[in-house]
Amino acid sequence: MQLTEASFKEVRDAVLKKEISAVEITKHFLTRSEKLNPQLNAYITMNTEALAEAQKIDQRIAQGEAVGPLAGISFGIKDLLCTRGLKTTAGSKILGNFIPPYDSTVVRRLKNAGAIVLGKMNLDEFAMGSSNETSFFGKCHNPWNTNHVPGGSSGGSAAAQASRLVMGTIGTDTGGSIRQPASFCGVVGVKPTYGRISRYGIVAYASSLDQAGPIVSSIEDAALTLEVISGHDENDSTTSQKTVPAFSKNLSRNMKGMKIGLLKEYKTGELHFDITKTFERAIEELKKAGAEIVEVSVPLTEFAVPMYYLIAASEASSNLARYDGVKFGYRADFKDLSSLSLDDFYSQTRGEGFGKEVKRRIMLGTYCLSSGYYDAYYNKACQVRRLLREQYLEVFKTCDAILSPVTTSPAFKIGERSSDALKMYLNDIFTTATNLAGLPGLSVPFGFSEQGLPIGIQLTGAHFEEQKILNVAYALEECAQLTNANGQKRIPDVY
Amino acid sequence: MSTNLQTNNVGAPIYRGFEAVIGIEVHVQLKTKSKIFSTDATNFDAADNENTTPVSVGMPGTLPVLNRKAIEYAIKTGLALGCEIRNRSVFSRKNYFYPDLPKGYQISQYDKPICENGSVEITLGERKKKISITRAHLEEDAGKSIHLGDYTLINYNRAGIPLLEIVSGPEMSSPQEAAEYAKTIRQIVRYLDVCDGNLEEGSLRCDCNVSVRRVGAEALGTKVELKNLNSFRFVEKAIEYEIDRQIDEIESGRAIIQETRLYDPDKNRTFSMRTKENAQDYRYFPDPDLLPIFFDESQIKEYRSLLPELPSVRVKRFQAALGLSEYDAQILTAEKEVADYFEAVSEKSGQPKTAANWITTDLMRELNAAKIDISKSPITPQALAELINLIEKGVISGKIAKTVFAEMWKTQNSADSIIQENGLTQVSDTSVIEKIIDEILAANPSQVAEYRAGKTKVFGFFVGAVMKASKGQANPDTANQILKIKLES
Amino acid sequence: MIDPEAIQNIAKLARLKVTAEEAAELGEQLTKVLAHFQQISQIDTAGVEPLVTPSDIDFYTRPDVAHNPNTTEEILQNAPEKGGNLFKVPPVV
Repeated sequence: MQLTEASFKEVRDAVLKKEISAVEITKHFLTRSEKLNPQLNAYITMNTEALAEAQKIDQRIAQGEAVGPLAGISFGIKDLLCTRGLKTTAGSKILGNFIPPYDSTVVRRLKNAGAIVLGKMNLDEFAMGSSNETSFFGKCHNPWNTNHVPGGSSGGSAAAQASRLVMGTIGTDTGGSIRQPASFCGVVGVKPTYGRISRYGIVAYASSLDQAGPIVSSIEDAALTLEVISGHDENDSTTSQKTVPAFSKNLSRNMKGMKIGLLKEYKTGELHFDITKTFERAIEELKKAGAEIVEVSVPLTEFAVPMYYLIAASEASSNLARYDGVKFGYRADFKDLSSLSLDDFYSQTRGEGFGKEVKRRIMLGTYCLSSGYYDAYYNKACQVRRLLREQYLEVFKTCDAILSPVTTSPAFKIGERSSDALKMYLNDIFTTATNLAGLPGLSVPFGFSEQGLPIGIQLTGAHFEEQKILNVAYALEECAQLTNANGQKRIPDVY
Repeated sequence: MSTNLQTNNVGAPIYRGFEAVIGIEVHVQLKTKSKIFSTDATNFDAADNENTTPVSVGMPGTLPVLNRKAIEYAIKTGLALGCEIRNRSVFSRKNYFYPDLPKGYQISQYDKPICENGSVEITLGERKKKISITRAHLEEDAGKSIHLGDYTLINYNRAGIPLLEIVSGPEMSSPQEAAEYAKTIRQIVRYLDVCDGNLEEGSLRCDCNVSVRRVGAEALGTKVELKNLNSFRFVEKAIEYEIDRQIDEIESGRAIIQETRLYDPDKNRTFSMRTKENAQDYRYFPDPDLLPIFFDESQIKEYRSLLPELPSVRVKRFQAALGLSEYDAQILTAEKEVADYFEAVSEKSGQPKTAANWITTDLMRELNAAKIDISKSPITPQALAELINLIEKGVISGKIAKTVFAEMWKTQNSADSIIQENGLTQVSDTSVIEKIIDEILAANPSQVAEYRAGKTKVFGFFVGAVMKASKGQANPDTANQILKIKLES
Repeated sequence: MIDPEAIQNIAKLARLKVTAEEAAELGEQLTKVLAHFQQISQIDTAGVEPLVTPSDIDFYTRPDVAHNPNTTEEILQNAPEKGGNLFKVPPVV
């Protein structure tokens, strides 16, 4: 079995039939990780217990116990999700030595399904960034061209997935942090509906926007992972109590009768030529497959970036107040507590513990919530957010899914866009509206740029209609152009 | 301190030409088994940081999940206080840094509290006064700081315990009214069984806002917040001191500073907590981790139907239906357990007034002396009712009953068995009593002559002699009748 | 323009130590960002209820049952400084 090519289902079935052991799989991916990671810096921490955990799975299978649908599958977890007994840093100095005494619900469900956690993946500090350049543990590189960024904030997950350091990964998406790196690295990334997946144990960036999801190699693997990690959680009262569909079983490429919406607002963006070309081909392929293409309009998407940053920064300024050097995490090196003022204790600890971009967003959020500015910024953004959601609800009365680019360009070069905050924020133009409206979205690889960098296509669905966008992506996946001039499947530089 | 007070035209006392304006925030600790947003226990006697979970110490990624009992208790309290209950109320984050606050924000309610616009009636002697309740909102408690000079230690056992903050209007005008208001709130939450009302352990905490203004002035004076008042007496004392202090300041030409002051019971004075350099900016915003509390009318109706009879209603019923005096009714309803005890005795004996007498005098005296809660009284309502029945049936006299009661308190035996064992049964047999009387009349001829000559006062002497001879067991009514007949024949 | 003094006030609220140099840079960037974000003010939102949770999720509460998945030691294991089983901080009063 070619483990780097095989689907979760194929590997899982082989494990259950004892054709291959969880230990063998784990060893295979640990070896790849050790060999390739130095070129990528995709890991922050490797799980030294991975083999022991794989052994347990094998023992359970040997004893005839039921093991879950991800038996033996190697996973990389964005280092924003807490893992019991395994360091969880959020890419920040302030949590540099934090060992959670609990698992996030997503990780717990993966483990219960038989998955093995190989390690914790690099990310922008506290998931604030779209290039993985703000990580305290160093930049992560794009496997297709290591001079380019992997995207962010789930850059480590997407890069590790593209290089198959693991079989699957988990990312989180607050304003595009799963879909954008998935697009930049040529892998599948799904951000489910807000409330589909528990946020318990996921270091919070912006609570009303954060959602975890899979970054994997195929729609089929994404569907299976979603089935495992979705559903109500008694530890998160913002999870929906709706039944989780059998996403993987329900996958269908039949596009007959599907109505695909194209946002007329997106045409106005300054798109990279290769992006436009790939996007237009996707439209053609869907038409060929029998889908109906309709033009739709969500005028307020124009304001998505300001809305997103005002809300995300405000929530973040409060969410990150708990990092204060009292209960866990970094504390500035104080020689003597007795003569220290409480304000200095906090300010120095937080001033040293947070990186530049995180501080910038805390400052922005604090300002937006402060007396005299609340109405003009935070509250105004929340009001516009309701209007935006209403516009989307209207649109989904006339179409099943919205097709759009993920980004304006393929992966950019490291250092290229990190100097100007505003310019960097405006990169998120195609992804943030989805989170603001709480909708499910995904990125599926569809082509390559002239330079050989991957380009994905984005699909956005109505609330809790993940199945529809998975199906459209399943159809697109089949006609994606992922081969080189010789008709061979392209593989990344780091593989 | 001026204690002999004038009052103005609405009955508010006047202090040296000033009147006081007092509002109170009562923090009621709801007696749930687990915390408001997490599953850690809430017992008071836990070891250091024993009652903590990743959620209550604010570890990364943890989330609050609302305890439904806390909402039930809040709604019941709101209903008992005559409040409107919001169908949709919102939790907000109050952002500030303090080591006892694990998340850097307190989850509280801001512009959409669960209960609003209610009132309670307080009784001050003959006078009654209605105090409005502006709002009552749910929030989580903070941890506890232990100050040790060179450093401070933090215990988060209390962090996340549910609190209902009940805010009154600024409508009290004397320390006595303030204390009475606080007592009334305590009485209500204890009736509802939503709080144990223990001030010393902090399950009920009062913050008082006090200001003074010259009589006739329209504008309110600058208010000072008094914190940490852990007894009703301290509420009264601290406000009394504070009114005096504020008047002194104004009369010396100094301005009142808006600040928080603490009360030192040993010195009976208030002192300033470190004044904050800047006014706090709490940056309240709706907590995105918690959906709005949603309750429809039918659920609120159900809670209303589950409310126990409240003290104010019970007082009236005890007077109207059971014929008690207002004074007795007030005493018997002050605590729910006492009222319940009384009702049980009254029902089983069919003698409400006698039951009230026994409870307010003999039983309460013993309970107070032994510092025992009525719920743990060695004499059960059933036992006391039996005792009352025995008096009523004439089995024992009221006097003997006192002896039996004392024995019941000591031994927890039934009245019946005590009477049997000690042969205390009242003698109503006329032939036995006649025989005793005959002997007494024969032994005291001169007194008999006196009586018959018209000195009827000596009748008492004969009664005493009969009781003495019968060791108190002769039925007094029967003895009286026979004596009269014999003396007048 | 958010001047350095305003920046220091926000930094104080957020308990972040900010040097004069950082304050100048932050002032410049936040001013620029907010000037751009100001565009949302042109949208008419009169009478619009602010939206917090974007998808429809049924109200959920938990039963009042106490249980503790962790030991006190596990809760304290990440503490930068302890005194017995308590968290140690500078003197608060």
